[in-house]
Amino acid sequence: MSVRRLAKVQPDSFAFSKATMQKAEWWIAKYPADRRQSAVIPILWLVQKQEGWVSEPAIRAIAALLDMPTIRVLEVATFYTMFQLEPVGTAALIQVCGTTPCMLRGSGELMRVCKEKIGPKDQLSADGRFTWQEVECLGACANAPMAQINDYYFEDLTAEDMAGIIDDFAAGKAPQPGSRVGRASSEPEGGAITLTDPKLYDGSAAKPIKTLPNSAPAKEPA
Amino acid sequence: MPVAKVNGVETEFEPGMTVLQVAERAGEEIPRFCYHERLSIAGNCRMCLVEVKPGPPKPQASCALPAAEGQEIFTNTPMVEKARKGVMEFLLINHPLDCPICDQGGECDLQDQAMGYGRDASRYDENKRAVEEKNMGPTIKTFMTRCIQCTRCVRFITEVAGVPDIGMISRGESAEITTYLEQSIDSELSGNVNDLCPVGALTHRPWQYHYRPWELKKTETIDVMDALGSNIRADARGAEVMRVLPRVNEDINEEWLSDKSRYAVDGLTRRRLDQPYVRENGRLRPASWSEALGVVADRLTAAPADRIGVIAGDLQDAESMKATLDLFRALGSANTDCRQDGMAVGGEAREGWLFNSGVAGIEQADVVLLIGTNPRVEAPLLNARLRKGWLSGDTRILSIGEAADLTYEVEHLGAGAKTLSKLPKAATDALKNAERPAIVVGAGAIAGANGAAVLNAIGALAKKVGVVKDGWNGFNVLHTAAGRVAGLDMGFTPADGGLDVAGMVKPGALDVLFLLGADEVDTTGSDAFRVYLGSHGDRGAHGADVILPGAAYTEKPGIYVNTEGRVQMAERVVFPKGEAKEDWAIIRALSERVGHTLPYDSLDQLRQRLMGDHPTFGRIDYLVPAAAFDVGALGKKGDPGEGEFRSPILDPYLTNPIARASATMAELSAQRVTPVAMAAE
Repeated sequence: MSVRRLAKVQPDSFAFSKATMQKAEWWIAKYPADRRQSAVIPILWLVQKQEGWVSEPAIRAIAALLDMPTIRVLEVATFYTMFQLEPVGTAALIQVCGTTPCMLRGSGELMRVCKEKIGPKDQLSADGRFTWQEVECLGACANAPMAQINDYYFEDLTAEDMAGIIDDFAAGKAPQPGSRVGRASSEPEGGAITLTDPKLYDGSAAKPIKTLPNSAPAKEPA
Repeated sequence: MPVAKVNGVETEFEPGMTVLQVAERAGEEIPRFCYHERLSIAGNCRMCLVEVKPGPPKPQASCALPAAEGQEIFTNTPMVEKARKGVMEFLLINHPLDCPICDQGGECDLQDQAMGYGRDASRYDENKRAVEEKNMGPTIKTFMTRCIQCTRCVRFITEVAGVPDIGMISRGESAEITTYLEQSIDSELSGNVNDLCPVGALTHRPWQYHYRPWELKKTETIDVMDALGSNIRADARGAEVMRVLPRVNEDINEEWLSDKSRYAVDGLTRRRLDQPYVRENGRLRPASWSEALGVVADRLTAAPADRIGVIAGDLQDAESMKATLDLFRALGSANTDCRQDGMAVGGEAREGWLFNSGVAGIEQADVVLLIGTNPRVEAPLLNARLRKGWLSGDTRILSIGEAADLTYEVEHLGAGAKTLSKLPKAATDALKNAERPAIVVGAGAIAGANGAAVLNAIGALAKKVGVVKDGWNGFNVLHTAAGRVAGLDMGFTPADGGLDVAGMVKPGALDVLFLLGADEVDTTGSDAFRVYLGSHGDRGAHGADVILPGAAYTEKPGIYVNTEGRVQMAERVVFPKGEAKEDWAIIRALSERVGHTLPYDSLDQLRQRLMGDHPTFGRIDYLVPAAAFDVGALGKKGDPGEGEFRSPILDPYLTNPIARASATMAELSAQRVTPVAMAAE
């Protein structure tokens, strides 16, 4: 992770949209009146939902809303890498997992595709519609390699899948998230090969036992 | 009291103490970087590791671990030693080896502790991290590569100074200390973060590369930049005071110091008066002492006694004021005054002009009413005390006067005398029901034409709500000048029929006006023959007909009485510049020429006389417990008028000749005061 700084080019102003403000107030109401600051992470998140990224005027606006020092909001925004401090692609923000399991399963290929189709890492593409990043483990190692695109996980990807997904986003379509090999979650690829006996699950294999182990009181030493 | 064992030695401790404090109590020194007893606990440097039983078999950060009954604490086992060495090695991974060019070198916590826990050579082959320098304003020079992320600066600025400007952004290896968008810190206590920094990441910008600490001669003395009398250590090299650092005094400044007290020292070398001058054909020309004193003596003896007068300045030591007062009384003059700001105090009971609750005592007050004062500019460290009381949740603060940001919550009641006479019932009730109510009166309220009447109204209010009661005296006058209380204590006020400051500077009022370091009064209207005795070529010297070069506060031993009435002795750090002499000696020499030789030949004799005439001066470093007095009798009955209370300090960084001669103060004024003043217009 490199040093996280605010973007060089910043918008002149920021305003909460009505919907964002409504949700923000819902979050603020969860905390005691003198602890409004507690809502800073959800509200940064809401602002990022609204704008796509967190701008400097937005940080000031959040500080004013929560009645806290601006530097405190900046601390939070720079601490968490989930907050984008630069503008990101309007069509898709692709976060390719580069941690060991995904790397072993071919995340390098995914990144190569991203680089070819979008451009250098961490930079807005020329048309402003795409950004791709390499991120640390997203916790879907069983479905490696994977990438988070906007709000969803795309799993079991190949280079071709990635190219297709990028093309779909470019065409304005919304590709189906989830596994590309038909898995519902993290079960073994191609179906289970162990523990397949249905008797394991209908209770018929269970045998009654007379006593629970170690349930008798210990014998007093003589 | 619970008992824990420290290295096998049983040690009693107060409930709530941390393992580190218990170990300290047992005499074991625990190395630390982030822990500071006056700040909240962060526990992030890990240098204070100790072994504690019972507990997990691993070293524990003693600063953040509460001590418990029966605990066994080990501070010198091989495990502790190894753990600390490991921490030190990690700290030094990214710390540059630039001690030879670092201003902190020689007084650096990291350097010192690396002597104890450091390895002789590094095992680290990678590149060290480099961090960009940050702007934090004119008082702080940053070398962020040296930072070890202890966050002492962040905690100080947030907790004590109350200006949450500094923060740590990003995380892990890329964590950086900075201000929001590198704005300058807008705190009058900012210099303290440089003291707190355990490494050379934050150093004193005004003194950058000016000295090495081991070259300096250290003298413990007293600060005169405000009326608190903060305890300082002035470090000098040769004839120049290089820096001023705070000394610990729990009753006054704890271990902090305001930016003005600290950084105005460069004013001690600029615009100095180093020889006598006499005005001739409208121009000042250098003269000898004998000539200058002769001219002054001739004028003083030629003028009728009621046509000569003296105004004492804000930075004067008690001895020179005493000598001057004795001389003018011997000459038969009643025109003596030390109240340049025109505060309507003096004369009656001493409690009438003191900060009776004491600087430390104000923390105990539960309701404080500020009248015509902005403690943040008039006495920054008092303001920090008020903030401390407010933070603990026990102090409620009300104010009448200018609405200013004091870094804590203030209930602003109104702007001036009008509010004072018609105080809302809620406010009077709050004071009345308080166990320890306090009123802080500033020059903004009781200076000027209505001053005495306003003081009387305040006294009446104080009496009504019971500010002065058994065991508690909450009537506080906050002065802005270090020399004022000493002057009032010795009666440096107009004698019967004498003129006060305003009267003396009127055209035609006097034949000879003697300015004893008085630079804050406008004397341009006066057509008297003006004699200026002082250290700097400032306002007082500009219009003077004779200039007698005196000594600044670091150049003479002297007694100062702070606003709470505590008598403290300042020491000489360096000698006066050029031909300049100590102020009392000049007055003594002059007294011989006018034929009223003062009866003391040495400073000791003068002090003896001072303490004999005014016994309060004999109680050095001792705060006399405030006695009860008739607070209702203060001032003069009259119409307090409807005027708004305005603090006499327009620019807190340019309040005296030393500060006005200081380049650092000029920069601070331009950065912190001018933009605010411009925005207000």
